[in-house]
Amino acid sequence: MSGTYLGMPAFPKAARDAVRNGTLRGNLRHATHTIRDKRARAVAELEDWEELRAAGKAIKDRTLRHLDHHLVRLERAVTAAGGTVHWAADADEANRIVTALVKATGESEVVKVKSMATQEIGLNEALEAAGVRAYETDLAELIVQLGDDRPSHILVPAIHRNRGEIRDVFARRMGRWGRAAPEGLTDDPTDLAEAARLHLREKFLRAKVGVSGANFMVAETGTLVVVESEGNGRMCLTLPETLISVVGIEKVVPTWRDLEVFLQLLPRSSTAERMNPYTSMWTGTADGDGPRDFHLVLLDNGRTDTLADEVGRQALRCIRCSACLNVCPVYERAGGHAYGSVYPGPIGAILSPQLRGTGSEVDASLPYASSLCGACYEVCPVAIDIPEVLVHLRERVVQGGEVTRQGVRVTLRPARGHAAERAAMRAARWTLDHPGALRAGQRLASRTRRLHPERLPGPGRAWSDTRALPKVPAESFRDWWQRTRGGAR
Amino acid sequence: MSDGRDRVLARVRRALADVPRGERPRDVPVERDYLRTHGARTAGETVDLLAGNLADYRAVVHRTTEDGVGELLARLLSRRGAASVLVPPGLPPHWTAAVDATRVHDRAASTPWELDAVDSVVTGCAVAVAETGTIVLDGGPDQGRRRITLVPDHHVCVVRVPDQVVGSVPEALERLDPRRPLTWISGPSATSDIELDRVEGVHGPRTLEVVLLAAGEGGRAADGG
Repeated sequence: MSGTYLGMPAFPKAARDAVRNGTLRGNLRHATHTIRDKRARAVAELEDWEELRAAGKAIKDRTLRHLDHHLVRLERAVTAAGGTVHWAADADEANRIVTALVKATGESEVVKVKSMATQEIGLNEALEAAGVRAYETDLAELIVQLGDDRPSHILVPAIHRNRGEIRDVFARRMGRWGRAAPEGLTDDPTDLAEAARLHLREKFLRAKVGVSGANFMVAETGTLVVVESEGNGRMCLTLPETLISVVGIEKVVPTWRDLEVFLQLLPRSSTAERMNPYTSMWTGTADGDGPRDFHLVLLDNGRTDTLADEVGRQALRCIRCSACLNVCPVYERAGGHAYGSVYPGPIGAILSPQLRGTGSEVDASLPYASSLCGACYEVCPVAIDIPEVLVHLRERVVQGGEVTRQGVRVTLRPARGHAAERAAMRAARWTLDHPGALRAGQRLASRTRRLHPERLPGPGRAWSDTRALPKVPAESFRDWWQRTRGGAR
Repeated sequence: MSDGRDRVLARVRRALADVPRGERPRDVPVERDYLRTHGARTAGETVDLLAGNLADYRAVVHRTTEDGVGELLARLLSRRGAASVLVPPGLPPHWTAAVDATRVHDRAASTPWELDAVDSVVTGCAVAVAETGTIVLDGGPDQGRRRITLVPDHHVCVVRVPDQVVGSVPEALERLDPRRPLTWISGPSATSDIELDRVEGVHGPRTLEVVLLAAGEGGRAADGG
């Protein structure tokens, strides 16, 4: 994949380009509106949705507050069931571990189940550099990989492509990666799915190594859970001889019973189904059924830094359903690429700056990629208060302060770009603390009001281009009150 | 390897400095005041709900009894034009006694390519969930290895009703053994990846037929297929 997030422009610039793209806007609008209404219907079927949501939040909070305990327990259970557990503090370490495991099998290709964690660490690129070809097998990931594109949605990474564009990518590119698309391929989704089936089947049947993520890991039993629709997950999890799962440490849940909450919350929130077509659960290795070797790579990569922030840590409750993307008015217009991360949309706006820090231009701008309308919080199945975290992160960007980066406490300096705003606020504070100066200023403004321009000068001009400036009244409220006592005189 | 482990665990512990020392994991409250099942139903109504939800996700549902199951399965396979059918080792022999198609047994040495050449597979199941229209396989003797219900394009799954049917997801998890490899199946394989619209049929079996097998006699007339 040539697509990269390095050096991405800040959100406002990337979004400005995206909103000018009419096709992209149309594709996103169509897709997000389709799923929005369906989700609402699927959720309305369960009269105890709010109770399930509260339980989902509580289970995740219980997990996070004692994460070390649950991880150690998980490790013990997976090991007892025949698996091997590895720990990776960052992306490089995870990539090194996985690459070494693949190399040890002697294979030069792997089949992959869609996984946010492996995208986050850039595993495909790391494998490629080591001479290992990674084949994405989820339909949308395949579209992205064949099109040399970047994912733009958590659940449906090719949401920015319509059926016609997908047809063109398949017809042009499939042949380079393996079996070519059938002659005369149409843009009918059924035909496109069939083309993907034919293209990937030979890869599944010959694969010796599978790479996956996981939606949940059960500490009590050592069970991993992958939720999917197409069957590509089942192929990658059961046909290869070696299975390597790279999973963020926050994906652990304490008990088997806890799954009863998430298996109800997740499908209805993400694809708006009562249940997704396939869910695979496995505990270590099973005799004669599925991979002989199972490796679990537990990934930190900024998660413990996020955990150290008492307000921001709630982002780690996320179960990657993408309901917040689908309702977000900003995402709908700007699209996923503008967020400059594998985690777009409202959850990305709070997750990326915490996982990666606010050092880059795009990460520092992400907390502002929202109108704070709160729709994301409403639909979140684990009740992440995204607006609260956005405001918290804005504060940090502007004011600086203590944060944890790669496990170390550091003090961030206030953002320089906000110097003008801070100066204005300081001036305002002084003025409001000195009533005499405020009164004099207001009277001066009233007396000169005929001379005021229609437009603001300097940097304010853009604002007043599309808005009328409010008229300054002939008399200030304070003077009017002193004169009339609120109309009593 | 242990280096990464120590580093990650130390970071987790430092990050949780605000958690009181004496607090234990179970001290963090989780209210489980959500419902065990949604709505009250008789056993028969639960089976009807399962049938409705299976059909809603494009599984083809049939009903029969012990007396009719052999004939029904033979008919489903011949209608499909299946020349070969995979049979797990513990499938009751009378289920497939009348089947014309060549019976193929799954062997540990069977390659995925061999499985790909088989037309259909017939299995039992571990449990079925009415509210979600889901069947769950746990690799029991009448279900076989996970791969045999994955590679062939046509899966016929027999559910004993009402014994194997539960109302809800919480009830299903209670019945299942996490140490076994589990596959939850809700309809044929599908995707929402093109314009977020659901299309049936990608890598898993594109046709899923579910036979609801009632104990007793006289079910032949009730066959919905």
